[in-house]
Amino acid sequence: MARYIGKEMSRVDGVAKVTGKAKYAAEFHVPNLAHGFIVLGTVAKGTITAIDTREAEAAGGVVRIFTHLNAPKLKPATSDGKVDKGFRALQSDKILFNGQPVALVVAETYEQARYASRLVKVSYKAEKHETDTEAVRDRAKAPSEGRPAKPRGNPEEAMAKAPVKIEAEYRIPIEHHNPMEPHAAVAVWQGDKLTIFDKTQEVYSVREHLASTFGVPEESVSVVSPFVGGAFGSSLKPNYYPALTAMAARELKRPVKVVYTRTQMFTGHGYRPYTIQKIALGAERSGKLTSMIHEAVHNTSSFEQFSDATNNFTRQVYACPNLHAPLKLADTDLPTPTWMRAPGAVSGMFALECAMDELAYELKIDPLELRFINYAEVDPENGKPFSSKALRECYRLGAEKFGWKDRKHEPRSMRDGKLLVGWGTATGIWGAFQMAATARITLKADGTAHVASATSDIGPGTYTVITMIAAEYLGLKPEQVKFELGDSRFPRAPSQGGSWTTASVGSAVMGAALAVGARLLALANKEASSPLKAAEAADIEMLDGRLQLKSDPSRFVSVADVMKRNGLDEIAETFEAQPSKERQNYSTMVHGAQFIEVKVDPDLGTVRVARVIEVSACGRIINPKASHSQEIGAVVMGIGMALQEATEIDHRYGRIMNPNLQHYHVPVNADVHSIETMFAEEEDKVVNPLGVKGMGELGLVGIPAAIANAVFHATGRRVRELPITPDKLL
Amino acid sequence: MRPFEYVRASDPGAAAGAVAANPQAKFLAGGTNLLDLMKEDVERPNQLVDLTRLKLAEIQTLRDGVSIGALATNTETANHPLIRQGYPLLTQAIVAGASAQLRNMATNGGNLLQRTRCQYFYDTSMPCNKREPGTGCGAREGLNRIHAIFGWSESCVATYPGDMANALYALDAVVRVRDSAGRERTIPVDEFHRLPGDTPEKDNNLKHGELIVAIELPRSNFAKGSYYLKVRDRASYAFALVAVAAAVEIDGGAIKQARVVLGGVAHKPWRSREAEAALTGKPASEESFRLAAEAALEGAKPLAHNAYKVELGKRAIVRALLRASRLA
Amino acid sequence: MNDDFDETSEPELTEDEAALLDEMPALSGVGASGLSRRTFLGQTLVGSLGIFAFDLLAHEEALAAFALPPGAVTAAAAPVGENLLKVVLKVNGATKTLSLDSRVVLLDALRERLELTGTKKGCDQGQCGACTVLVDGKRVLSCLTLAASAEGKEVTTIEGLATGDELHPMQAAFIKYDGFQCGYCTSGQICSAVGLLEEARRGHVSHVTEDVTETTTRLTDDQIRERMSGNICRCGAYPGIVAAIQEVHSGRQTAHTWRFADEQQLARVRRENADETV
Repeated sequence: MARYIGKEMSRVDGVAKVTGKAKYAAEFHVPNLAHGFIVLGTVAKGTITAIDTREAEAAGGVVRIFTHLNAPKLKPATSDGKVDKGFRALQSDKILFNGQPVALVVAETYEQARYASRLVKVSYKAEKHETDTEAVRDRAKAPSEGRPAKPRGNPEEAMAKAPVKIEAEYRIPIEHHNPMEPHAAVAVWQGDKLTIFDKTQEVYSVREHLASTFGVPEESVSVVSPFVGGAFGSSLKPNYYPALTAMAARELKRPVKVVYTRTQMFTGHGYRPYTIQKIALGAERSGKLTSMIHEAVHNTSSFEQFSDATNNFTRQVYACPNLHAPLKLADTDLPTPTWMRAPGAVSGMFALECAMDELAYELKIDPLELRFINYAEVDPENGKPFSSKALRECYRLGAEKFGWKDRKHEPRSMRDGKLLVGWGTATGIWGAFQMAATARITLKADGTAHVASATSDIGPGTYTVITMIAAEYLGLKPEQVKFELGDSRFPRAPSQGGSWTTASVGSAVMGAALAVGARLLALANKEASSPLKAAEAADIEMLDGRLQLKSDPSRFVSVADVMKRNGLDEIAETFEAQPSKERQNYSTMVHGAQFIEVKVDPDLGTVRVARVIEVSACGRIINPKASHSQEIGAVVMGIGMALQEATEIDHRYGRIMNPNLQHYHVPVNADVHSIETMFAEEEDKVVNPLGVKGMGELGLVGIPAAIANAVFHATGRRVRELPITPDKLL
Repeated sequence: MRPFEYVRASDPGAAAGAVAANPQAKFLAGGTNLLDLMKEDVERPNQLVDLTRLKLAEIQTLRDGVSIGALATNTETANHPLIRQGYPLLTQAIVAGASAQLRNMATNGGNLLQRTRCQYFYDTSMPCNKREPGTGCGAREGLNRIHAIFGWSESCVATYPGDMANALYALDAVVRVRDSAGRERTIPVDEFHRLPGDTPEKDNNLKHGELIVAIELPRSNFAKGSYYLKVRDRASYAFALVAVAAAVEIDGGAIKQARVVLGGVAHKPWRSREAEAALTGKPASEESFRLAAEAALEGAKPLAHNAYKVELGKRAIVRALLRASRLA
Repeated sequence: MNDDFDETSEPELTEDEAALLDEMPALSGVGASGLSRRTFLGQTLVGSLGIFAFDLLAHEEALAAFALPPGAVTAAAAPVGENLLKVVLKVNGATKTLSLDSRVVLLDALRERLELTGTKKGCDQGQCGACTVLVDGKRVLSCLTLAASAEGKEVTTIEGLATGDELHPMQAAFIKYDGFQCGYCTSGQICSAVGLLEEARRGHVSHVTEDVTETTTRLTDDQIRERMSGNICRCGAYPGIVAAIQEVHSGRQTAHTWRFADEQQLARVRRENADETV
């Protein structure tokens, strides 16, 4: 039985975080630091005709003001060897979106840089812009990359014949990640070597980005990012500011720090796109789906294509022979959108799972029952078996726990005093991904181990789960393991995204630990007297300083002795874990079910999410404590998405008008009530040896739909445009 | 933030004198709104006169009411026994606003002077007659879901954002101010703030250099029958979509007198004398409250995105009066 | 919170778990952790702090000696600031004398001048609470406090809460209940929570106080939620934050709100023709 895996463990970085000792990007102190403050443009499209920096340059403490006129031209940045089309600051006079950086003021102090930034005067020749996705919806085109969505069966014909059908259109506004830590970088050049402290979900991609940008070898760039104050996708791609910061530092021959203001974040790192979805569902009277047509349109920028694959998961949720789920992108004069937690999935499933609820009411079938009726036993897209799928268990356990059987079907039929009570459900789905990842373990003669991999921990608890995995397979106690991440000098790891970190990096760490064991076995068996003589690497395990036979722990050698006899102070093994070939024979997915109770004030339109049961089937849970927190956090973000969050643009100016936390509402403590989570663990030997499938996105996917469905049940009002603010329920 | 000279005032006279002498000087108290606006370059004083060490924080009984010092914090005020017992509506309104941290910093005087949260006012690249007279009103034809439905003008549709003042209007408070010469005057609170008209840059009727020294509350008959209701986009830490300060004095089942003040609907707390008149002498019933709510919202002129405030305002008034009357 | 959570039995620990638990240093200041099926509390205190602090400082030390190279560009005018003030700050018991531009807010004085980066800048506009510190024992926002105004007052930051190696009970409780994920709002949450306890002790009311004319010093979970709403946590760790504060406030422990579906439950619902539960 596992000693650590599957058991609750407090965060190993907990003390660092509760004492304020954890250092985030902007908090590294370097001598002679200059402070940069970004100046944002104020038109949505056009050309900069003049920039007057005279007054700003004369202001106290100003070191230099960079604009497109004097900033050095950067070399093309690459990502995985390909040219990155992402926006780059101060490289031309072209204005591509409102809130675009047009200057960087560098001064001796932060206060001076901030003030001088207000004195930079920019003139523009504005052109007609378009920032309203609704207005360009008809011009939307299929993404130019990736395979086009092919229909399955004959959806149009099946829809025409369907005895029961519903059709509806859903809208999701632009949403911003708003992690609590603003994006920041501190860049230090020592000759041609760059050290940059950056907020990022992938140190290696920032390293490649900067090395290509400045034409220096990748080895000359060190990206350091030990703590990230939340990101949710906003730091997956290198944003424009690391190159801008490094450029200024290089030009000025001194360290420079640039920190986004909260406002600058709204045009500085992408966002969840504005998404319009039209869904038609056709079914037999029994509830069996006969046709699904799920069309999605979302915006991208005028200069870079981004797609969040909004309706991809629609293809894999329900057994339905006829389906079409095309996606189109509409160019807008806005920054490029990006991945935001559960990208695509939460948007697509909001629409699909609301539509399923609408269908259930059309059919007069319980919404949960409708999902059982259309349960996919195999992947409907390709007929492959699921490597594991405990969604049925999620539905049933959640329903049981929630008390779903007591639900009255009719809207407005349940009350708590004057308040309307609504119960809603929805399905969650995401992929069980694994990416190539490398880890290095150095086992020391004193019985401690150092583990390193260039992954990131933006909050899910990667420091802790990787420590647990290493402790488990090295047979050590967690305190004997020191795991480091967030440094491009460590072995390569993928970005922290897609819920693949534990599956990927955990597998690498497990592999490295087993490799250490194998090395020790080989060393031990150099001696004729070894009690492990006949054993193979697969037969042994490490435990509390012993290398022992799994089947007979009385046969063992002391790890310290083996190392001593071989004159070794340490044993280091680096292991790269790749996703297995076997995975291709299966569909590898994670699933979940959400049950939500809302209470709605019928007079004032205010909604309280009173109770949430979230059941997740995502393989093996390494640390239930942190996993629970991931699920809770996802629910909270789902509450925000369902009820509060919207980035508002004044399309006359193409400008975001609520780029702050006073008008862009995210949930506060008082918005969050009872949330319970349950893990329906799956034993999945296909996905990876750890059986880990990932869960960071999953918990969010069904929440907005479940809330919207609960609001409908409470009020009889079907709100198809998020967020469901009080004015929409009057 | 523009460079400024920081001066710590030794007494109210010196403070008022310093500001009066410099058209670009500002008083600094809690700083919760002023510093934010200075960072945004909306407020650009070249001198700040720090009032926080002045002895203007007493909350004390007057012959016929209570005086709360201008520099008492919101927290001190809301939790003072004289206020909690005698003016619970004020306590409720204060704690409905902002966050505990902000209330620990914000002073009563400063709270009266807080400026609108209109997005166009905050964004210096946008037209705003309040920030920069003559540039136009961005919100009039722009995004105006959170804007005024009463008393707005073509030059400004912003709302006053505070909660505390809504209660002060209902409680007939008086603002005591003094100038640099030591002359004091009192301003009834409902004459303190202004409607935008053609001069939206002026939020209130204070003269430059006049210092609020206290807010005086007359003896109140609403110590029981009052309720503050705030409707917002999330459960806490958000500005009101609509707020209602409601108070009723009931005598033998009939309403002897009432107060209905709406927040979040106008450039100042919007006291509805129409609603109050409709209530006076009527039975304390839901029916009376509905009629009063209709009367209160009758003159509303919603903008493109805030018509919901009319209906929400009515419902909020009814709810607040129901709650208030139950306590009376 | 979730009183009805049906974590009924108090199952036995395995020998392994019991042994490990014995070796773990206990959390100071908060009650013993509730133990339940498949769970145990793993907690390292000073050890982990040491590791992280050491690594982080190593980065800075490597750069500390980095002198400006020839040709480095510096400002011609007023390089140290304008309207300089001599400001004496008392931070975490130590007196610090600084020469500050009048525009410096307490938050930036702490972070940029005193290297006390535990206090966080989340919005710099009073809209998130990440910068919360205690000034004369009251929780305030350091981003909207001029450093000059704080002169002579006792400023306590997150770095000043622990006593030596012993965590403040609130810090320990945040770890126990996992009241954070990314950690960036945590300093502000904890300082805010410490300020909240004192406000509760004084009988302060809140927006959810039913009758503000009555005084109570005991906070419900709903009271804590409202009173902590000035501290935004985008990771959504609010339930853990409430549980942590409640335990320090009242000693009441909050039960787990997570569980594994057990084998029996899974077996029962796994069958396709299982008794319908809906």
